[in-house]
Amino acid sequence: MHTIQSRVIYLDNASTTPLDPRVREAMLPYLTERYGNPSSIHKVGREAREAVEDARRKVADTIGASPEEIYFTGSGSEGNNLAIKGIAWANRSRGKHIITTKIEHKCVLNTCHYLEKHGFDITYLDVDEYGVVDLEQLKSSLRDDTILVSVMYANNEVGTLQPIKEISQILKKRDIYLHTDAVQVLGKLPLDVEKLGVDVLTLSAHKIYGPKGVGAVYVRKGTRMDPLIHGGGQERGLRSGTENVPGIVGFGTAAELAKNLLLEDKAKFERFSEKLINEIPERIENVKFNGHPKKRVPNIVNFSFPRVEGESIVMYLDLEGIAASTGSACTSKSLEPSHVLTAMGISPEVAHGSLRISFGRFNDEYDVDKLLEVLPGIIEKLRKMSPLG
Amino acid sequence: MYSEKVMEHFRNPKNVGEMKDPDGVGEVGNPVCGDVMKVYIKVSKKGGKEIISNIKFKTFGCVAAIASSSMLTEIVKGKTLEEAERITRKDVSEALGGLPPVKEHCSNLAADALKKAILDYLSKRGKNEGGPERS
Ligand SMILES: Cc1ncc(COP(=O)(O)O)c(C=O)c1O
Repeated sequence: MHTIQSRVIYLDNASTTPLDPRVREAMLPYLTERYGNPSSIHKVGREAREAVEDARRKVADTIGASPEEIYFTGSGSEGNNLAIKGIAWANRSRGKHIITTKIEHKCVLNTCHYLEKHGFDITYLDVDEYGVVDLEQLKSSLRDDTILVSVMYANNEVGTLQPIKEISQILKKRDIYLHTDAVQVLGKLPLDVEKLGVDVLTLSAHKIYGPKGVGAVYVRKGTRMDPLIHGGGQERGLRSGTENVPGIVGFGTAAELAKNLLLEDKAKFERFSEKLINEIPERIENVKFNGHPKKRVPNIVNFSFPRVEGESIVMYLDLEGIAASTGSACTSKSLEPSHVLTAMGISPEVAHGSLRISFGRFNDEYDVDKLLEVLPGIIEKLRKMSPLG
Repeated sequence: MYSEKVMEHFRNPKNVGEMKDPDGVGEVGNPVCGDVMKVYIKVSKKGGKEIISNIKFKTFGCVAAIASSSMLTEIVKGKTLEEAERITRKDVSEALGGLPPVKEHCSNLAADALKKAILDYLSKRGKNEGGPERS
């Protein structure tokens, strides 16, 4: 009964990405004959150690850091947990105030909620209609006991970029750490920790055609941070546990590719996004573009289609062999629409009808055209079904 | 996450659309919450009983809401008012082969919209005929 789809048109690269075949090739030996534990001093162990350190250099190299400042983690979520809790616990004698935003990924927001239960005071900054934080509000929120500002670099739902460099200027000369979640930025825009002026930065491998379950944090030398996982002292004591060697090797290769292919990938994402931004409103009436028109990562576009509901759009697309996602309540466990769109002042009715398209390295022109071809019919069908006027 | 049956009704919903001169209309839900369902019914007499001879729906909502609406209209068509009134969300969700727990409220919505449409019909009939309301 189901149409046989020769290939899924995968337009959900902000959720995760397929493994790059070059990454898989690099990983394979470490899933087979190179099984060593990097902590072992024998040859098998040394081989694994060398591979991990090589990956560390590659990751460091893509973000302008030095290898000693890179710590591998088990995910982007773990990286954000480590950054925030690690700084909170290590600096709590200095202060208990942390500033973040209302549009962070859940792994940041829920980490902050957890810290609130443990006596920390968290300020959640507002964003404007484009999803950009208010720097004046940031300035007026700073207190003598503020220890950390954590603001994501690019938002995963709408792609909006935050003025991280400006924030680091504001924090200059103050004893406040700056953390940014750059999970959605690597491989989409140039990323340089020195230029950004951050102290801690989070990355995740599976968003850049690397394996799932591997991440990294950049931690500037001298940053006071407690580990979350105690044990044998791997990752210079910040993250114990025998290293995920194949995963880390894959991450290293993925990071290297992200750097080498950046201009190519970026140009393609820009072309595809522009096409959607121009043509969707031409083909479909009453469309709202969500996010910032310029300050954005090039691979994420988010639209709302009033009077229809996002999960239904996504599932009709799925029936056509196209994978995308939505900020609709109906796909969340909480039954509330996206906290990001809500923070941007988008009404719940409109937020329910949101569709996120996110491009990746393996998309081509055909994918964009196919989406443009089928989407108008889906929206029309759903609008005809809708009782809303 | 969704059963074959749910996907079937989502893909090809039955009885979608508005109705001209309906005998009863029921609308439930709220766009803020992400689902609104409107049910139109036509009532006629058959063998001395009032039956729902035609039913249409319009729904704003997720896959489960659309499939529940469609399934409800299928269950209800041809049923007497008494039978139709007794239809619960469980009947709808069971007919669909079950819904994910967070989506159960969608089948509720469908059953509620139908009840409202029947009430609407009964109150109109009461006025038109000046007859007594059914107990
Ligand atoms: C902005 C952002 N931060 C953090 C994460 C979490 O990364 P991971 O899936 O590796 O835990 C994601 C991805 O889901 C993300 O988009």
